[in-house]
Amino acid sequence: MEYEIKPAQRLGLDLKELWDFHELFFFFTWRDIKIKYKQTVLGAVWAILQPFLLMVVFTFFFNHALKVPSENMPYPIFVFTGLMLWNVFSSGISNAGNSMVNNANIIKKIYFPRLIIPVSAILASLVDYLMTFIILIGMLLYFHTDVSYSTLLVGLPLSLLITLMTTFGLGSFLSALNVKYRDFRYVIPFMVQFLLFLTPVIYPVSIISNGWVRETLQILNPMSGAIDTFRAAFSNTSIDYLLVVKSLTVSLLFSVVGMAYFRKTEHYFADLA
Amino acid sequence: MKPILEIQNISKKFRISHELSPYLTFQGRLLNMLRFRSTVTSEEFWALKDISFSIEPGESIGIIGKNGAGKSTLLKILSRITPPSSGKIISRGRIASLLEVGTGFHPELTGRENIFLNGSILGMKRKEITKKFDAIVDFSGVEKFLDTPLKHYSSGMQLRLAFAVAAFLEPEILIIDEVLAVGDAEFQRKCMGKMDEVANSGRTILFVSHNMGAIKSLCHKAILIKQGQVEMIGPSAKVVEHYLATTQHHAENVREFIQSKDGKINLKLPYWIDAQEEKVNTYSYGDNPTLRFELELSQPIENLVIGLALVTKDGSRIFTSHSNDDLQFKLPNPANGKFTIDTRIDLPSLSPGVYDIIFGIKDKNHDTLIYSEDEIVLELNYIRKEKDGDEGLLWHTTNWQYRTNVK
Repeated sequence: MEYEIKPAQRLGLDLKELWDFHELFFFFTWRDIKIKYKQTVLGAVWAILQPFLLMVVFTFFFNHALKVPSENMPYPIFVFTGLMLWNVFSSGISNAGNSMVNNANIIKKIYFPRLIIPVSAILASLVDYLMTFIILIGMLLYFHTDVSYSTLLVGLPLSLLITLMTTFGLGSFLSALNVKYRDFRYVIPFMVQFLLFLTPVIYPVSIISNGWVRETLQILNPMSGAIDTFRAAFSNTSIDYLLVVKSLTVSLLFSVVGMAYFRKTEHYFADLA
Repeated sequence: MKPILEIQNISKKFRISHELSPYLTFQGRLLNMLRFRSTVTSEEFWALKDISFSIEPGESIGIIGKNGAGKSTLLKILSRITPPSSGKIISRGRIASLLEVGTGFHPELTGRENIFLNGSILGMKRKEITKKFDAIVDFSGVEKFLDTPLKHYSSGMQLRLAFAVAAFLEPEILIIDEVLAVGDAEFQRKCMGKMDEVANSGRTILFVSHNMGAIKSLCHKAILIKQGQVEMIGPSAKVVEHYLATTQHHAENVREFIQSKDGKINLKLPYWIDAQEEKVNTYSYGDNPTLRFELELSQPIENLVIGLALVTKDGSRIFTSHSNDDLQFKLPNPANGKFTIDTRIDLPSLSPGVYDIIFGIKDKNHDTLIYSEDEIVLELNYIRKEKDGDEGLLWHTTNWQYRTNVK
């Protein structure tokens, strides 16, 4: 094994090196999951309790009180499916965004591909996502919802892929920015709250009457496409493949830009952190 | 055979920024930001300049130099934590660096979990950790608390666990930074023993330390870094000797002369001498160190007493000795004028290492006229690497007797 240490500025991904360290992805993710519910009585139950309670609150306020429509499905299922992906995104970018700063003591003492840190933070939020399926299945049974399994088989992985790429792009970008400008520690929670209103989680996208605004929003915010693609299986509609392609493209762009910025700045993390 | 590490013209530049006005208001800052004016200026600083050397497989190299000379920066570049500003390093082996022990330890996780996490961060594979797990636990001596969260461990236990994981790393090149500066004497000796083992197993070691004895005994070659540049490379004994000869090996603000508060006593900073009464900075194990006090009294002082204590680096006092404890010793009473007092430690089996000296001068009312800590040290170096049972404050060998029992 021979390698060089140089004043390097490579932006590409060293996949071989990432593979050499693949166990560390697992260990960091595992650590984050373990720590998250340590010293709590309910433990991992929180992972499903949180979105469930949020769903109840949203149903009460937005559906019963404000009469927000929910397309072809009961509002609780509508909002819960939206929250499932939204939570991956929101907890993913907040965890990833703070991950480099939180792990500064490790970064300053040992080398490994830095990208492992924000990626593991995002992977940790995926575990919560998987657990929420328990609630979803319960709700689908309760409401006797017709599920189109063929649509689900395509929509589920596609929606998750878009969500993960968007989260990765923004998360790695924010984590790098956060190292240099600690302002982002305060910006991130605000941003997550703000973005919730720009994403059709609590309302259907059809509620936006202005067609131009609606389409711009759908393109700029890949989470919109991700959530609609996931919901298609529960509303007996077909997947809007044009939207999927648009969202995939934009989320890929997010990933590339986020990663490039991360790679450009990662060399100096140890000096700044 | 090609060198395992080639360091070629490595330089590292830092930017130090100074705030222009410390009292700039928030509004002022905002205004400057709006006008695109910076409130800080920056200055370039070369932590390392044009460092080149190469290391053959199996060599153990000591890196020495004063604080701020650039040793840690060099280790950080070698460990790939921070990139060099120019130059390059060619490495032909797996590098593991121990810039601290227990990197990534998490207080909420159990001892068992932390072994896996820390091992993985240090670059071990999961299989490897599983295989060595029992040995690590055994070495650390914390098996009873393996499933207890780390936050309930004492700091000593945490340290032992951390070192145990590190001790089972098997890289081709091992980089160690002052890991031994923490922990008690027993822990340090355990570390040294393990490092000796690693060095003798044919692995390449880079070792930064302020402990000259350790450098001499562990490394056959040393590199002296001064102000970011290589000052000297050579056999460790030679380099250490050069370093000690050219460096004031004391704390920063050492007084050359010490005056008592009332101005009656003027004491030259005590210094060590050898049998020929020549000034020395360091002794070899087995020597009998002698400390010399040169005093000048402007007025006679009654019942003058000089005291001395030897303290280990971790703060435990080995002994305290006063000039009036020695009944053979006679000082004119009252003392006056210029005179010299020598005191021989008479403890030749003191273990190698660096000790702090505390000294003071009292008068008949037991008023402390002069008191000093952290100004002088006693340094004892190894002359031979090993002694069976080299643990303890003393490297003492008792007198052994043998006889057959005939009825």
